[in-house]
Amino acid sequence: MSLFTFFKSRSSAPVARERLQILLAHERTAVGPRDLVAILRDELLKTIARHIEIDPEKLTVTMDRAGAFSTLEIDVEIPVDKVEEATRNSALPSAA
Amino acid sequence: MCKVIVVTSGKGGVGKTTSTASLGAALAQNGQKVCVVDFDVGLRNLDLVLGAERRVVYDFINVAQGDAKLAQALIRDKRVETLHLLAASQTRDKDALSMEGVERVIGELRRSFDVVLCDSPAGIERGALLAMRFADQAIVVTNPEVSSVRDSDRIIGLLDSKTKRAENGERMEKQLLLTRFNPTRSSKGEMLGVSDVLDILSIPLLGIIPEDQEILRASNLGAPVTMGASASTAAQAYRDAARRLMGEPLPVAAPDEKKTFFNRLFGRRAA
Repeated sequence: MSLFTFFKSRSSAPVARERLQILLAHERTAVGPRDLVAILRDELLKTIARHIEIDPEKLTVTMDRAGAFSTLEIDVEIPVDKVEEATRNSALPSAA
Repeated sequence: MCKVIVVTSGKGGVGKTTSTASLGAALAQNGQKVCVVDFDVGLRNLDLVLGAERRVVYDFINVAQGDAKLAQALIRDKRVETLHLLAASQTRDKDALSMEGVERVIGELRRSFDVVLCDSPAGIERGALLAMRFADQAIVVTNPEVSSVRDSDRIIGLLDSKTKRAENGERMEKQLLLTRFNPTRSSKGEMLGVSDVLDILSIPLLGIIPEDQEILRASNLGAPVTMGASASTAAQAYRDAARRLMGEPLPVAAPDEKKTFFNRLFGRRAA
């Protein structure tokens, strides 16, 4: 065992902490009493879908809790051609 | 005014019964009129930890079903006279406890005691939900260990949704009791630290109970640490937690923090 792995293996608490934070962020949205993130995700999907065609799996919504504040992170992946298509379509009625 | 407090955790074996007995004894030693109630039907143990296992005649289910009066079922502790026990039934089925029966018994207890501590069974089934159902506040018992923290998170979610208070739109006060804490291992990064668990669960800290040989000795003898081993570090920690529970603004000191540098130095070399 090298010196590096010797020291690394002693400190398992940070790993435990990180695993729990990731797991619980996920579980709170899955089984939480009010499932706020899931509701937001659904409504965001509908809103975006009215204007741009996206793959539902490419929309991730996460809520992070740290001290007195929570941050809502919305990440949407949109293919370039869909953006161009959507801009063209939305430009038409206003030009008319 | 009486406080009904559920002691819960989700996970088994983290110290719910030990903590209920020790906090109950500490509160009673402080002059509060206390009743500890065992909700673990079929697997009762609070009687054993309190050394009252041979004195159970009537139990919670007898009272809930109207077969016995509350006064007949309450067992008064022989050492601290303000401490009472309402034992669970050992022979009956879990479904023998009805929601209405529990509500009526808790209502009766409220009229006679300052503090009622409800010792929840493990799990998130009916028994655990009944134990928290009529509580005013909750103590979440957690070990600094991943599975315990995860289960506590789940229980906190249930406290915020399945209790009467939550359903009435009232706030359910929840406090964390971190048990089996080993300051040496935590300082070496081998065990989750106090701040790790607090950050993850985001509820206020009621107390830190260090791992202590006296706890096992106490349950062997049927005397909670605050009675049988009152000088031990665990007994002191439970006494402090009991005072905080009654609203005293007593700061929580992490046990043995001063030793950490020394332990780190020699602990690593020895390993």
